Amino acid sequence: MLKLTRQLGRWALDRIQSIGRATTMFAIALWGLPGRGDVALVVRQIYNLGILSLVIIILSAFSIGSVLALQFYTQLARFGAQEAVGVGLALVLLRELGPVVTALLFAGRAGSAITAEIGLMKSTEQLSSMEMMGVDPLRRVVAPRLWAGVISLPMLTAIFNVVAIYGGVVVGVEWLGVDPGGFWSGMTEVVELWEDIGKGMLKSVVFAVLVTWIAVFQGYDSLPTAEGIGLATTRTVVYSSVMILAVDFLLTLTMYAQFQ
Amino acid sequence: MTASNLIEIRNLSFARGERAIFNGLSMNVKRGKITAIMGPSGTGKTTLLRIIGGQLKPDRGEVLVGGRDVARMSRRQLFEVRREIGMLFQSSALFTDLSVFENVAFPMRVHTALPEDSIRDLVLMKLNAVGLRGARDLRPSQLSGGMSRRVALARAIALDPQLVMYDEPFTGQDPIAMGVLLTLIRGLNEALDITSLLVSHDIHETVSIADQIFIIADGTVVGEGTPAELKDHTSSKVRQFMHGSPDGPVPFHYPADDFVFDVLGQ
Repeated sequence: MLKLTRQLGRWALDRIQSIGRATTMFAIALWGLPGRGDVALVVRQIYNLGILSLVIIILSAFSIGSVLALQFYTQLARFGAQEAVGVGLALVLLRELGPVVTALLFAGRAGSAITAEIGLMKSTEQLSSMEMMGVDPLRRVVAPRLWAGVISLPMLTAIFNVVAIYGGVVVGVEWLGVDPGGFWSGMTEVVELWEDIGKGMLKSVVFAVLVTWIAVFQGYDSLPTAEGIGLATTRTVVYSSVMILAVDFLLTLTMYAQFQ
Repeated sequence: MTASNLIEIRNLSFARGERAIFNGLSMNVKRGKITAIMGPSGTGKTTLLRIIGGQLKPDRGEVLVGGRDVARMSRRQLFEVRREIGMLFQSSALFTDLSVFENVAFPMRVHTALPEDSIRDLVLMKLNAVGLRGARDLRPSQLSGGMSRRVALARAIALDPQLVMYDEPFTGQDPIAMGVLLTLIRGLNEALDITSLLVSHDIHETVSIADQIFIIADGTVVGEGTPAELKDHTSSKVRQFMHGSPDGPVPFHYPADDFVFDVLGQ
């Protein structure tokens, strides 16, 4: 019993320490940025994290949009309300699926890459050598990735939403024959700029900070061995996914829930 | 602090967790000379370099580089001091996302406001000094082990440092690369008038190049002197190391129960 308590205590202390380290790292990395020479670094990371994630985002968006349209259509057709496919699609995507699925995909595609890259830079002494050259790796390596992640993910989310709605149009309108006038007018009438698009994007910004923060910290804090980097990469994906889903629930609760 | 010493370490103690790595270690590194730190694996030779570079903080003692205590510097001061220090890492630590040219140019770009054509001239000079001017467009992944160490050396001297620290420069090198490195270390030391601090356990190579050798074991200096002096040192620990005898004060066997007892289980 005593041993169990001790282990529990140690585990809790470790967690708290690691949160402390993560917060210090976050603060130092953002301090003084962006400087003059740093823009190029951020742009390059936006290419790595954002542009290179486009393929998987577009493919997933298209397939999710078309599947949603199919499901909505089969249910709504029973009441003769096929035109509402457009509204349903837009609301579900803009409020929930767009930000959440994009963030999950981003964690798997870009987050894991960040962790592995920084971990490997650590294990090959590249971070140490930077320090010895009088260059702070937090500013040179960590900060550009943080910024690039925070900029890229919301943009990817926007692209995801557009492509997914297009996928819904292809299936719903082109294939199943929903009246395009009803489809679009229903959507434009109901969707509001801040309530649906704005809040969705706000979620996406929050997820972006979470995922990139977890990813850079796991890389920076990893044990510099093959096993350590593997573990850190797994942790990035697992922690990010859990955090995205949990935080999404909280955000939805505060943003949309109305209790009477 | 006397002017002839670039580094003075006084009464240094450092522990990792429970394990004491240094215990009251003191040593001086003379300006303009090649000083070697030797000792069995696991005695903290690399740790010592990291303490001198300010990447690790000692628990006790002073580490003076150019008369200033590295252990008591702010992050900013430390980064200024490090501009005067070049370090060659065991794994070369080249930036894998940059070409050879950009690797050598890296310290110049971050620390100077030189125009592009001056940087180009300087980088080519440094690469020429290590014989790799022709390899400037290669990526680090395309280099052999010996070549990447030479590129790392060119990068370490990019800002004309006062001090260059070499971490196990000879490990895993073929005989030709080894010869090239020895010539380079000696040549650069004389041509640029830098102080070289070298950590190694390759006795033969180190003896051929060093002006002064420190042997550390059990957290402290057990022997120091010129290579010739150490060969006939009074301490049996030092002699065992210098002559590479498998058994001696450092036992061949890891501590264990009596062999007969262990095998027969009686």
